Amino acid sequence: MLLLFITFFKIGLFTFGGGYAMIPLIHFYAVDKFKWLGEEEFIDIIAIAESTPGPIAINSATYIGYKKYGVKGSIAATLGVVLPSLIIIILISAFLMQFKENVWVEYAFLGIRIAVSVLILNAGIRIYRKTDKDWLSYILLLFGLIVVSFDIIPIVLVILIGGIVGIIHALIVKNKGVDEDA
Amino acid sequence: MIELLILFVVFFKVGLFTIGGGLAAIPLIQEEVVARGWLTTAEFTNMIGISQSTPGPIGVNVATFVGFSQYGPLGSIVATIGIVAPSIIIIIIISHFLSKFRKNKYVEGIFVGVRPAVTALILVACYIIAKEALVNIPLFEASGNLIDLFDIKAIIMFVVFFLVMNKWKHHPVFYILIAGLIGIFIF
Repeated sequence: MLLLFITFFKIGLFTFGGGYAMIPLIHFYAVDKFKWLGEEEFIDIIAIAESTPGPIAINSATYIGYKKYGVKGSIAATLGVVLPSLIIIILISAFLMQFKENVWVEYAFLGIRIAVSVLILNAGIRIYRKTDKDWLSYILLLFGLIVVSFDIIPIVLVILIGGIVGIIHALIVKNKGVDEDA
Repeated sequence: MIELLILFVVFFKVGLFTIGGGLAAIPLIQEEVVARGWLTTAEFTNMIGISQSTPGPIGVNVATFVGFSQYGPLGSIVATIGIVAPSIIIIIIISHFLSKFRKNKYVEGIFVGVRPAVTALILVACYIIAKEALVNIPLFEASGNLIDLFDIKAIIMFVVFFLVMNKWKHHPVFYILIAGLIGIFIF
């Protein structure tokens, strides 16, 4: 179990830029090196991790840990993957508090905020590309833009409505038969 | 104690509704922290910048940051546990019927509806953040001069970054460092 913890600690430490960056590293350790999972199962896990709430890295760590050592394993793996960033961010926060008034730091952040705007715009475009291009999506997209821009309902409700509409859509469109091999 | 509990509940909720990975957590956290007066949009955006440049999932990093800004290291830990807890619980529950879950028609159906909703949420989050970074509303209100509304240097930098980042797909850390350096020189 210590190996599990250390492995996910390493994965957490060496993946910059969020969940997707971790996938190759998790594959290397969990499939190639320690053979905790088969190739098929790994692909399934990534798909599941994408379709359940929460960051992909956390979800896959939890699953692998759980499969190896039950609930304790899932907590060990998740703790491992989260701990490096927790420590680093606490250190950076403490450091930034010291330099809050520094004019150079403030100017650097003016630039950084612009880069972040672009990064988030790109994330929006990326998700849009994955979205089905049909009237239902456009209505939901427009609905989301309007209600969130004007602060009409909380964001959580927008996601819930999206999910419910999606289920109703699946109920109506029965001929797709996506679960025929389940 | 009660404040820590609120922090936990807020991030538990964020974890529960972060569907689609990565930046999907951003609009949820933004809504909570700005409405509660924990952070300004500018402070929140700074945290996103740092969270993109440090290891680990961005949602978790931002949670750690927000927790620290409110109650120090203990706040970091509480917020991080909060955002991670829903994933652990859900994965443990569904790990028993893993492959069936993935191919279930209704699970796929949920995504058909959630993806466009999340797209809208992220675009609005981007609008809020970009507005803060690119236009200067206080200066415009003070002078009434339309030219003062737009921060020309910032807008040019935004356009250049948008073009360059989509042309050459370097790591976000690379662009954030460059943006920080340029910020020091031009502002």
